[in-house]
Amino acid sequence: MMKFTLAWLKEHLDTDRPLAELADKLTMIGLEVERIEDKAKAFAPFTIVRVIEAKQHPNADRLRVCMVDTGSGDPVQVVCGAPNARTGMKSVFAPPGAFIPGKNITLGIGKIRDVESRGMLVSEFELQISNDHDGIIDLPDDAPVGQPYAKYAGLDDPMIEINLTPNRADATGVHGIARDLAAADMGKFRDQAIKQIKGEFPCPVKVTFDFGATPSLCPAFGLRLVRGVKNGPSPDWLQKRLTAIGLRPINALVDITNFMTYDRGRPLHVFDAAKVQGNLVVRRGRAGEKLLALDGKTYTLDDSICVIADDHGVESLAGIMGGEASGCSEATADVLIESALWDPINIAQTGRQLGINSDARYRFERGVDPAFMVPGLEMATRMVLDLCGGTPSEIAIAGHVEVPEGIIDFPQSELERLAGIDVPLAEMRRVLERLGFFVAGQGERVKVAVPSWRPDVAGKADIVEEVVRIVGVDRVPLTPFPRGADARKPVLTPIQQRTRKAKRALAARNLVEAVTWSFISKPQAELFGGGKPELALANPIAADLSDMRPSLIPGLVASAQKNADRGFPDAGLYEVGQIFRGDQPADQFTAAAGIRRALAKPSGIGRQWQKHDGEVDAFDAKADALSVLIAAGAPASALQIVPGGPAWFHPGRSGTIQIGPKNVLGHFGELHPSVLEALDAEGPLVGFEVILEYIPESKSKATRAKPVLDLSTFQPVERDFAFVVERNVKAADIVRAASNVDRKLIAGISVFDVYEGQGVESGKKSVAIAVTLQPRDKTMTDAEIDALAAKIVAEVGKRTGGVLRA
Amino acid sequence: MTDTVQLENEILASIEASGDDAALEAVRVAALGKSGSVTALLKTLGTLAPEERKTQGPLINGLKDRVNAALAGRREAFKGAALQARLNSESIDVTLPVREAPAEIGRVHPITQVIDELTAIFADMGFAVAEGPDIETDDYNFTKLNFPPDHPARLMHDTFFFNPKPDGSRLLLRTHTSPVQVRTMLTQKPPIRVIIPGRTYRCDSDQTHTPMFHQVEGLVIDKGSHLGHLKWILAEFCKAFFEVDKVGMRFRPSFFPFTEPSLEVDIQCRRDKGEIRFGEGDDWLEILGCGMVHPNVLRNCGLDPDEYQGFAWGMGIDRIAMLKYGMSDLRAFFEADVRWLSHYGFRPLDFPTLAGGLSS
Repeated sequence: MMKFTLAWLKEHLDTDRPLAELADKLTMIGLEVERIEDKAKAFAPFTIVRVIEAKQHPNADRLRVCMVDTGSGDPVQVVCGAPNARTGMKSVFAPPGAFIPGKNITLGIGKIRDVESRGMLVSEFELQISNDHDGIIDLPDDAPVGQPYAKYAGLDDPMIEINLTPNRADATGVHGIARDLAAADMGKFRDQAIKQIKGEFPCPVKVTFDFGATPSLCPAFGLRLVRGVKNGPSPDWLQKRLTAIGLRPINALVDITNFMTYDRGRPLHVFDAAKVQGNLVVRRGRAGEKLLALDGKTYTLDDSICVIADDHGVESLAGIMGGEASGCSEATADVLIESALWDPINIAQTGRQLGINSDARYRFERGVDPAFMVPGLEMATRMVLDLCGGTPSEIAIAGHVEVPEGIIDFPQSELERLAGIDVPLAEMRRVLERLGFFVAGQGERVKVAVPSWRPDVAGKADIVEEVVRIVGVDRVPLTPFPRGADARKPVLTPIQQRTRKAKRALAARNLVEAVTWSFISKPQAELFGGGKPELALANPIAADLSDMRPSLIPGLVASAQKNADRGFPDAGLYEVGQIFRGDQPADQFTAAAGIRRALAKPSGIGRQWQKHDGEVDAFDAKADALSVLIAAGAPASALQIVPGGPAWFHPGRSGTIQIGPKNVLGHFGELHPSVLEALDAEGPLVGFEVILEYIPESKSKATRAKPVLDLSTFQPVERDFAFVVERNVKAADIVRAASNVDRKLIAGISVFDVYEGQGVESGKKSVAIAVTLQPRDKTMTDAEIDALAAKIVAEVGKRTGGVLRA
Repeated sequence: MTDTVQLENEILASIEASGDDAALEAVRVAALGKSGSVTALLKTLGTLAPEERKTQGPLINGLKDRVNAALAGRREAFKGAALQARLNSESIDVTLPVREAPAEIGRVHPITQVIDELTAIFADMGFAVAEGPDIETDDYNFTKLNFPPDHPARLMHDTFFFNPKPDGSRLLLRTHTSPVQVRTMLTQKPPIRVIIPGRTYRCDSDQTHTPMFHQVEGLVIDKGSHLGHLKWILAEFCKAFFEVDKVGMRFRPSFFPFTEPSLEVDIQCRRDKGEIRFGEGDDWLEILGCGMVHPNVLRNCGLDPDEYQGFAWGMGIDRIAMLKYGMSDLRAFFEADVRWLSHYGFRPLDFPTLAGGLSS
């Protein structure tokens, strides 16, 4: 946004430093150079030529064959399609081998409709110096044939673009940038005093403020009439300045305001006095008022927008853009020059609301130098008088220019304390004074007065920044930062530990970690128990990213489906991340969830010749869920499995993992078919989700030693039982009944077979368990084993109705 | 005498001729069975005179031993042949593929890996890891961080908002992880050393912006930490993270509302056919912003800026992951394409440590 040329900079900075050094210094003092455009290089092949003869192309109505004098060697034949190509004109020639930026091609020697063409006559558009592509460049008769066009046109002045941080109002003008460079020893700052211009008569147009009871949006407003001007194209030097930074010259009066904007960071506005009806009022816009602005667009106003109005109505968007109706044209004879101060926040809001990014807004929203309001008006008047003539009025001022007097009590030790840098007092003083600060006092503690153009400097830390950026951050020595004598302890919190263990545990089960959006569509959120109004974004970026997710599963299902659509149906994905049950910090939880689709089994993905494959089922999800919980620190023996889960699971093929009914850690199972349908996803698809916060914290132990290992010297004994039970009897109940018979002797029970079918009565099933007995004191006798087996059969029968299978 | 020799030759020939265990057993019975030929000879020993027994005994017993040895040898040969025959029939096609280990297929996301790398580096320098909620208040996300109300800098953040509450306040999705700095300063007594990784949100989407991304910030608050320490920490971090012996760094003055002085940091690099090498070349690449915590922020968090001081820095986790591991498109981070995740993700057992190397 802030652009200038090297020659322009040198108007304000007496320097012989090369461009590269200046550019580097700009970046290193906080004025980051975004781009340097050195057209002299790109335009080197383009030279000024004379068209000796332009005659009709034999084979094409719209083409001409031109013989061109390039200033050296024989005339060159060029085929040209421009309507303005004519004998005797001066234009710009591109030889074969030249790169044409506007066409993005490198020229060759070609034949156009059977006539050879050895180059090209170019338009301004083809050189990308303007949008003019109506014809080839038409130069005055005195243009020197053979000379580089860039030099002739003043395009060889390198353009520098700065990516200006929002705090630096002073660097929105070349003048301020030169001041910074001078402070950094890059040359001498040229700061000429601005002369006051005596008004010949009172300003006939009065300015009043009318903000009623609302806060004023305009601290001060200066206005001056210049009578009897002769407006027209501005002089060449001014046009070149503006063109070089990409501005289009309009007429002298308008060009002067643009020049002031870039040269001094002082936006001005000029009204054609003949088109202003009566006096000017600065006020808030009224609902329904409209203004056709200078950009050709009509804006609808309201009372948040500050405007300048006359008897007609609104004439200008204050501090942002003028109106078309009262703008200056070549016919303007009397001009009103406005130099005002505006409320920066209001300017920013208005610019954003109306979508206008003008050069004036860019400066006023950063805060222009209030002390320069009147000098800026004087300087602009001088230029008007010089370029257009006329007689100036006195300056009429409404409001008050208030220049804040910032004085900072600054101990030099702050540089050492905050920046770790030792800057001698004399150097510190020199830097600050070159930046326009006034430094009073000789001791370690000085008083620093802040110049009017630096609203960003308010405290000691700001002074430190000013000194450090100018002397160079490189001067701050690297200082080792010892970690101290504290004992090395784990730095992760329990939930952080769980999160990282959960992620690696799931990846170790062949799942792949996805990171999906924290927001999903409202219907999806509602399907998974979310969709509360307080979790809906007011300004979502897309309709399907509107609500904070209540679960990770919908995002994972959508991702799995996308993979399937791409030809990868067997996706196993997981995510460990935040879910939201309300908008308060305590409502945010860390969930670990995973899904498996089609053939993404834990044992392996896809079909395999060993046939241990098949489609995913709820037990795969159960295994994932238990595995992640245990890896994250859940006590395996305390986890209970209860049939069923939330509505998004298949009611008969899902389970809930809990530690007692009050602590539900999560769920697993097959996704509900209608939920899959609503998500536009195809199964088979199983998944799980657990909440890591719900894992009970393990008690901290005084020692890291593991409990003593207690091994029995007696061999364990294993006995098998097959019980026939009703089909709805849960295996867990059989196991629990059996294990309760003798908790000391029974070391383990496994379910090794479940069978329904021939040999088992319909409606029933056979569940086979293996019970491991671990004697502690002596080897068990057959009689003792048989007695225990009988008790197991009896207990299982009592609890589940099961009978031993015949 | 010849009889014995002849008998032995006959028996040994029969053993040799026997084709299987059954035939061999028949030979054994015929020789050593109850009425076997050798048994018969042994029986004759008792009837012989002592002198004759002295000469015949060893002959006949020798015959018995040699027959037994020959039988055992033949039996061993049959067993060997049977084993060979079984082995010959039992070959499998060992070129058939086996399942890959689950831990070879599973992946952690590059963001997870990089957070673990950051944790390893900064834990070594004495930093803890702090976290905070994604849904924040305007106060913590902006005001306490020295963004004045209505300031344009707030608008630059392209904030996602929730709907206003009845009291007019409205929550938002944090636009940076900095509100966690505020939460940390409000709840912990200095000295403070934390890094803050987490999800952040801005209402922006194009090739280099996604509405959700990840940041990591660092915060140090005590009574003496200054820019020199900050530069050292960041230099140590860059060397460790990018796994190079040295890396050129450039600190440029910049502006953030919550730091003063503020700096942006570029690292030296060389771009080569789409690949970026650090610690060489003469290009500069911006990687992070940092500065001394603004006195207003300290005050807003209940700390006296004349007593306490410190610094903070922040950078994009996704961005440094892209720089280190060579991904070209940020959007792919969140598309859950298994091909991308398998390629750019990390094996679960590749846990980054300083001892074993972050990425090796």
